[in-house]
Amino acid sequence: MPDAEVRVSLPQRHFGETARTDLWWLQPLVVFLGLSGFIVYSTWAAFQGAHYTYQGYLSPFYSPEIFGNSRHSWFGPWPLWWPGWLPYSPAFLILWAPGGFRLTCYYYRGAYYKSFWAAPLSCTVGKPFKKYRGEAKLPLILQNVHRYFLYLALLFLVFLSIDVYHAMWFETPEGVVQFGIGVGTIVLLINVILLGGYTFGCHSLRHLIGGKKDCVSKSFGGGKPYDCVSCLNRKHMLFAWMSLFWVGFTDFYVRMCSMGVFTDWRII
Amino acid sequence: MATATFKIWRGDASGGEYRDYTAEFDQGMVVLDVLHHIQAEQAGDLAIRWNCKAGKCGSCSAEINGKPRLMCMTRMSTLPVDEPITIQPMQTFPIIRDLVTDVSSNFKMKRSIKKFKPRPPDTEDGAWLMDQQDVERVQEFRKCIECFLCQDVCHVLREHHMHDEFIGPRHLVYAAALEMHPLDTEDRVADLKKLHGAGYCNITKCCTKVCPEHITITDNAIIPLKERIADEFYDPVTKLFRIFQPKKK
Ligand code: SF4
Ligand code: SF4
Ligand code: FES
Repeated sequence: MPDAEVRVSLPQRHFGETARTDLWWLQPLVVFLGLSGFIVYSTWAAFQGAHYTYQGYLSPFYSPEIFGNSRHSWFGPWPLWWPGWLPYSPAFLILWAPGGFRLTCYYYRGAYYKSFWAAPLSCTVGKPFKKYRGEAKLPLILQNVHRYFLYLALLFLVFLSIDVYHAMWFETPEGVVQFGIGVGTIVLLINVILLGGYTFGCHSLRHLIGGKKDCVSKSFGGGKPYDCVSCLNRKHMLFAWMSLFWVGFTDFYVRMCSMGVFTDWRII
Repeated sequence: MATATFKIWRGDASGGEYRDYTAEFDQGMVVLDVLHHIQAEQAGDLAIRWNCKAGKCGSCSAEINGKPRLMCMTRMSTLPVDEPITIQPMQTFPIIRDLVTDVSSNFKMKRSIKKFKPRPPDTEDGAWLMDQQDVERVQEFRKCIECFLCQDVCHVLREHHMHDEFIGPRHLVYAAALEMHPLDTEDRVADLKKLHGAGYCNITKCCTKVCPEHITITDNAIIPLKERIADEFYDPVTKLFRIFQPKKK
């Protein structure tokens, strides 16, 4: 502001200093543990490159399978030109897209700036550094690509919905493929629903679908879609966590079935 | 009657200290009531700014146990009284005396936002027609009572004192109210990016948490503005489409 002069009389706080008496550190700690846990598990699972399918089920960490050895693969086996010294796993080819979507998501940004970067750790708690660039300059200005990741995430919802369809076909020991619904089918279905709840509540989608207009009522669909997205947007944090947990669990479920640890019960 | 101890910050721009005061309070009393008792009985020179005692004038902002709050809306029953209750002035603004701060920088910030510029009236008798949905969106922002608690809690102002680069949540709410107004024809997007520093907000939502009017500052005002800035400055595809579109609305 050109002519806003401000003198601040009280001294700057040290890192972690605050007059708060509540458990202000609890929420950033829970977020830190939750996100770290997911990052560790998903990285491990992506490096496995095996046990990501069972019957018609395909782990969401590996979908779409662009190259690979399962029946879900789009273009057949892993290409021969892939350098031998690079680890290979079908997950590497696709995981950057949903990963980038979450990394640049407005909710997650606010959450990990707090719990991973202490910017700030919690409201009115002293910060560890003096300089601040925010999202106004590089590198965080790049968070503005979020909308492009949204387009990809919407596409992934289509792939994951097709996976649910594939998860309804089971092969008998005689090699006959027949319709059925297993616990895994339901697990994959819930995964798409939760990811849908998360993706359709995206702030960039809310903007795109009508929010960018001053007259929302004159936007696409007479403003109804905007209302729907706004409604999900109010629960964005909830869907972010539920879908994060469930996508990890879905991989875990398929993996355990594939390894023979879990028995996949058939409902139909 | 119960008793509570208050650690109240006493001083002025040249410095100060916390002083302890013990006072009795009745059920249903708010922090401001008890401070008035202390002022009447123990510290006649304690400076407090207040006006409506109904959470509508936005004068009695302070920090109670480290949280920015209106003193007139904070019930004693919501505070733990087994330890002293810390009362300090808002940390983001220069202190005048005791709990009173100089919030005038906010008025200068507000003046830097381009004024409301309505389109010509829709009917011959000078009336405008607006859809309820469009009015409701900006109505939320008009609840602001200018208590500046959100400015106080925002780490960009509070910790980094970037008052020259960043107008802060209250004024982003104000800008959103104008920019998203169905009648408005002014364009503030470039100002919001360059002059008002919307990019400094890292959407950590402390402002939303403290707002006594429960304005969803971050989700409904700041993020939509950030998206409009992205349209104009960071999204080559939208820019391309815009070339083929008629101007605004
Ligand atoms: S969300 Fe933005 S404006 Fe609000 S307190 Fe955080 S940084 Fe400041
Ligand atoms: S937006 Fe809320 S917290 Fe900020 S000044 Fe207005 S009423 Fe106070
Ligand atoms: S005295 Fe008016 S808001 Fe507290």
